Amino acid sequence: MGLFAQTVVDAIDTPEVEWKMMAPLLVLAVGAIVLITITSVVPRTRRGGFPAAFTITTAAVAGWFLKVVWSGLGDHAETYGIWRRQWIVADALMIDGFTIFVWGVILLSVFLCGGLLDSYLRREGFDGPEWYTLMMISAVGGMLLAAAHDLILIFLAVEILSIAVYVLAGLHLRRSDSQEAAFKYFILGALASAFLLYGIALVYGATGTTHLVDIFMYRSTNAAGLSPLTNSSMMLAGMAMIMIGFAFKISAVPFHVWTPDVYQGAPTPITAFMASAVKAAAFAGLFRIMWEGFTYYVDDWRPVLSALAIASLVVGSFLALAQTNVKRMLAYSSIVHAGFILIAVYAVPGVTGIGGDDPSRLGIEAFLFYLLAYTLMTIGTFGVLTAAGGVDDANHELADYRGLSKSQPVLAGLMAVLLFAQAGIPFTAGFVAKFRVIAAAAANEAYILGAVAMLAAVVSAVLYLRIVVTMFLVGDELVAHAVTDTDDDAATDGVADETASNDHLGEASTPFGQVYTPKPLLLAVMLAAFGTIVLGVFPQLVEPILTDAADSLSTLRQR
Amino acid sequence: MEQVLDAAWLIPASPLLGFVLLVLFGRKMGEPFAGILATLASLGAFIASVVMFFGLRSLPAAERFHIQTLFEWISSGSFSVDAGLLVDPLSITMCLFITGVGTLIHLYSIGYMHGDENFSKFFIYLNLFITSMLLLVLGDNLLLTFLGWEGVGACSYLLISFWFTDEGNASAGKKAFVTNRVGDFGFMLASFLVFVSIGSINYDDIVAHAGDISSNTATLIVVLFLLAATGKSAQLPLFVWLPDAMAGPTPVSALIHAATMVTSGVFLLTRLNPLLAAADVWTSGLIAWVGAITALFAATIAVAQNDIKKVLAYSTISQLGYLFLAVGVGGYVAAIFHMITHAFFKALLFLGSGSVIHGLHDEQDMRRMGGLQKLMPVTAFTFIIGWLAIAGVPPFAGFWSKDEILLYAWNADGIGGKGLWVIGLITALLTAFYMTRQVILTFWGRTRFFDATSEEIDLAWDARLAGVGADVATAQEAREKVLAGVDKAHDDVAKKTDALAKAEEKLTEASAALAASTEADDGHDKLVKAFDKATKAVPKAEEAITKAEDKVTAAVAAVADADDAIKVAHGRGSELESERALAPKPPEYVTARTEAVDVSDLDDAMPASYRDRQEYHPHESPLTMTLPLIVLAGLAVVAGGLNLPFTSDLHFLGHWLEPSLFGNEAHLTSPSSTKWALAVIAITVGLVAIAAAFAVYLRGRRDPATIEARTLAHGWFVDESYANFFGGPGRRFFDLLAWFDRSVVDGGVKGVATSATGVGRLFQLLQPGFVRSYGAMLTLGSVVTMAWFLGRMFL
Repeated sequence: MGLFAQTVVDAIDTPEVEWKMMAPLLVLAVGAIVLITITSVVPRTRRGGFPAAFTITTAAVAGWFLKVVWSGLGDHAETYGIWRRQWIVADALMIDGFTIFVWGVILLSVFLCGGLLDSYLRREGFDGPEWYTLMMISAVGGMLLAAAHDLILIFLAVEILSIAVYVLAGLHLRRSDSQEAAFKYFILGALASAFLLYGIALVYGATGTTHLVDIFMYRSTNAAGLSPLTNSSMMLAGMAMIMIGFAFKISAVPFHVWTPDVYQGAPTPITAFMASAVKAAAFAGLFRIMWEGFTYYVDDWRPVLSALAIASLVVGSFLALAQTNVKRMLAYSSIVHAGFILIAVYAVPGVTGIGGDDPSRLGIEAFLFYLLAYTLMTIGTFGVLTAAGGVDDANHELADYRGLSKSQPVLAGLMAVLLFAQAGIPFTAGFVAKFRVIAAAAANEAYILGAVAMLAAVVSAVLYLRIVVTMFLVGDELVAHAVTDTDDDAATDGVADETASNDHLGEASTPFGQVYTPKPLLLAVMLAAFGTIVLGVFPQLVEPILTDAADSLSTLRQR
Repeated sequence: MEQVLDAAWLIPASPLLGFVLLVLFGRKMGEPFAGILATLASLGAFIASVVMFFGLRSLPAAERFHIQTLFEWISSGSFSVDAGLLVDPLSITMCLFITGVGTLIHLYSIGYMHGDENFSKFFIYLNLFITSMLLLVLGDNLLLTFLGWEGVGACSYLLISFWFTDEGNASAGKKAFVTNRVGDFGFMLASFLVFVSIGSINYDDIVAHAGDISSNTATLIVVLFLLAATGKSAQLPLFVWLPDAMAGPTPVSALIHAATMVTSGVFLLTRLNPLLAAADVWTSGLIAWVGAITALFAATIAVAQNDIKKVLAYSTISQLGYLFLAVGVGGYVAAIFHMITHAFFKALLFLGSGSVIHGLHDEQDMRRMGGLQKLMPVTAFTFIIGWLAIAGVPPFAGFWSKDEILLYAWNADGIGGKGLWVIGLITALLTAFYMTRQVILTFWGRTRFFDATSEEIDLAWDARLAGVGADVATAQEAREKVLAGVDKAHDDVAKKTDALAKAEEKLTEASAALAASTEADDGHDKLVKAFDKATKAVPKAEEAITKAEDKVTAAVAAVADADDAIKVAHGRGSELESERALAPKPPEYVTARTEAVDVSDLDDAMPASYRDRQEYHPHESPLTMTLPLIVLAGLAVVAGGLNLPFTSDLHFLGHWLEPSLFGNEAHLTSPSSTKWALAVIAITVGLVAIAAAFAVYLRGRRDPATIEARTLAHGWFVDESYANFFGGPGRRFFDLLAWFDRSVVDGGVKGVATSATGVGRLFQLLQPGFVRSYGAMLTLGSVVTMAWFLGRMFL
């Protein structure tokens, strides 16, 4: 009996769970389940604003818990002997400034996308809490990924993150584009997952562990060389495959091929979510693995990282110029942004410092700041696109945006702010973010990366300006356009020519005839634009948490 | 007084406030209040600048370098960037003339933009521009300067395209944007290098540590900043956008593309004079030679332009070249001095040309001006002062500043021998020549405004010929008609012939029947009657045929008449053609003596544009426009007093700017006798050029065609060759990118989108061309990545 009891106790010896430290993640996960439960038993709640309100509130509550977690970190500082970070759940998750910041970014994304989604679903006549549920579940995967320190858990998190998004991309049942995007994303995503998993297996084979710290320690305890039990080719191949898997998720060139199609095809608010939360989470995962697991192999993987960054910056910014579809343009723009963030990942360790302190902070802080700025800008921009696309998300050709400033001045104004921010005009978050990345590159003597980043910034500015100009200046092209096409464009003509009679305007289906900007969407976009400006003028506001994040990561690497 | 300098933020804040108010309420305010508000906002900045000026004056020279930190902007570890303003003699000098000239141009715009539907929008842009420009010159670090740099570029872009219904304007705006991007990249790279070298981008750190930068790095930095400056200040090879920028409203040309923004490249190089001093000496030479060659090159083009604003545009490029030349040879004070005087007289000339254009119903071709002195006395008088100033006639402002640059060029043996000086002198000669040409063609001689243009004459001839053509057509129509008559008549003859045949047949039948029967037979009488009838019918039919044949003859005669009529009409046509070929045409090259083409013969055929113009009365512009002209003309007369060469005490500007130059100003070695000799040479050259222009354009002593070559008129075809590149090989590159995206990346989308059902779509995904292209991409990337990692094993 005693023996039996002993066995049983051993079998159910689960690790201690620090519920409090996981609160934000749990709130969101439970929220997703509660939402789908309520809406399935109480049919009436399927309609109206309930699912959106619930999602936004859940994200806000989870966000509030972030603060609790952050202050809670201090309590454990002495216990763990390392400043302000904490292992939880059998060391599988790490709660530190970095985790909290990325969680914040993901929750912000859910918060804002909730607003976009509500307006979108009403317009498109869908009535589905499943959109919100899937989005929250995907976000839970992302949050897990940001904290995970075990490759198995990382893989699980990536899958939770991705599978929900595969479904979301195809949820617009009337549009074949949407279905197609989902299929493409799914098939290619599965391929990437296969790479990732195979890479994990190889790394396990080489080191006998899946925990990042153990992988890190493995090399440091075998400093003289690799043990005879393993060989470096296994480790290197594993690293390569893990990098390929993540490069797909962050859409770095040449693993970006799916991005334009999927971003274009997916429902626009979902594109916003993919471009922000999913990407931020994937970047966080990549960052963790590279800097906490594979630190000693930095000379092996850094060149690959810089090659990915350069390819993303150059290919992204130039191909963007060749586009005529605005969603596609922004897809390429997100590839360029990925290049910038990759530079920040590259620029973490700081070889020579300017001034006295640790320059590695520059890279970490640039990385996190860029994620936040990029999330705000990209959700805001895709938010405008959500409204401007019209019914069935159909009007995303550049020509469709002509004269938006006249029909929707507020929307066009916000769009201009957001696009200027993406272009990196000073006193916007986009500028500070790019500046920090380039400064970090400089501090790490990555001059070529810095120069390429500047080149990409210069070239891609043309892209953003092109959209702004199309919205504000109804120029010569319009006239040519109106002459060659008939139906739709007679209306565009009307936009340009104010003298055209109102009847004329009324009869034809103006590109913006259907554009209306519901309050939730407008509020979300306004928040994003406001945040972009505030972060641009007062980037110091997020400095404390950035400092924390940089501290915890720096101390980890010094171990 | 130090505290006063802390109010420097008021300088950019004033136009910024104006901008915000106009964005919020501009449309409601409407005309002219929006313009008045904008003018007051600019005036506020001017007053603040004046206060700052006296604040600085009250300090000892060594302390005239005041940094006002507004707030900490970006800080990360040891690295931080503050948003701060640098108040020193250089920045305040810039502020004074930017806001001063800016205010006048705001005032002028109230009149110029009168009646424009986007009146308030125009002033929104103008105030935003002033704000950006002030940030550019006041920023205490490269980043803030860059913010201003981008801001003025954006405003310039928006204002060039202001009348965006015009295709040319929109594309000119684009050209300005793209060209300046090249320069901006240079700016960013250079700032990056500065940051890497000294760990800061604040000007005070740059001043303090410029000496520590290795000479090679400093050289690279300066070259990159030079690239940025050539873009903004329209120097070779990035000058192509400026002439096109003249498509914007004229006050914009005056403010942005003559007086302020385009000088920011020179300002930047002056501000960074410690870096220039640290760089290899050849960079200074490069700057000087870029400037000198641009100056000469643009001046030659200006000689052959007929558009009143294009002359001034190329003149501006040329004068900016002078400024670069001055910076290159270390004459910073001379550069700033000429920048100020140039701002006065070039703004004056531009505004004057705007007044002319305004008064002449949007006419910009100088060949169709002339004699406007009588019609627009104030504009003419002030324009002439501007001309004397730019042509280097003492004692007008341009003489003093230009002379100073030439003096420094003479002095710069190290980088160019006397070559720079010679080029400067030739440029001065050309400048005097083309400006005299402009004044003569615009204000003196006969008023050619009412003359018929060759297009109008062509149209009139076309109308005439069209009349003859109509005659031919009528005659031809008539001929067709009578020709139809001939056919009809022929038909008639045929018919009648048929009838005769029938009658004869009947007669034969009747006679046969008669012969067969006898009198005894029944019906014999009947047969006899029939025979008689038939016998009578035959001559009747014969008669009818004769008649019909007469008709045919008549119809043929009518056709011949019609043919004659056509011939006559044709003859008139060819007569007119030859007449047209012989008729006098307005000449391509015009002087004050050019006679009008007599078009009295064509009067009735002249197009509406011509007839409308005869009704139009060229007029002087309103006071809001002429007042700025008068003020600027006054400044163009006296501004030379800022820095007189006679004694050291009179070098007001030189002493004032000293604290900003850190002893990097070149030292003149020539004795004062050289100074005098050079001045005399310059004056002589200027007067010779003016005399030559008088001889050609006023007296008609020589055919202008020999001077205004086609190459020059087309700006040496530089623009075309750029366009050919971007339209040809450059365009192809983008086409290739677009093709790649379309066929490889997009192909799948299209293929899938056309298929019908979900299942079909699934299979479609497996179609070659789709998965293959994506899969190939992914596999290729993976293989390269793997290869790299595995390759590391052996390294």
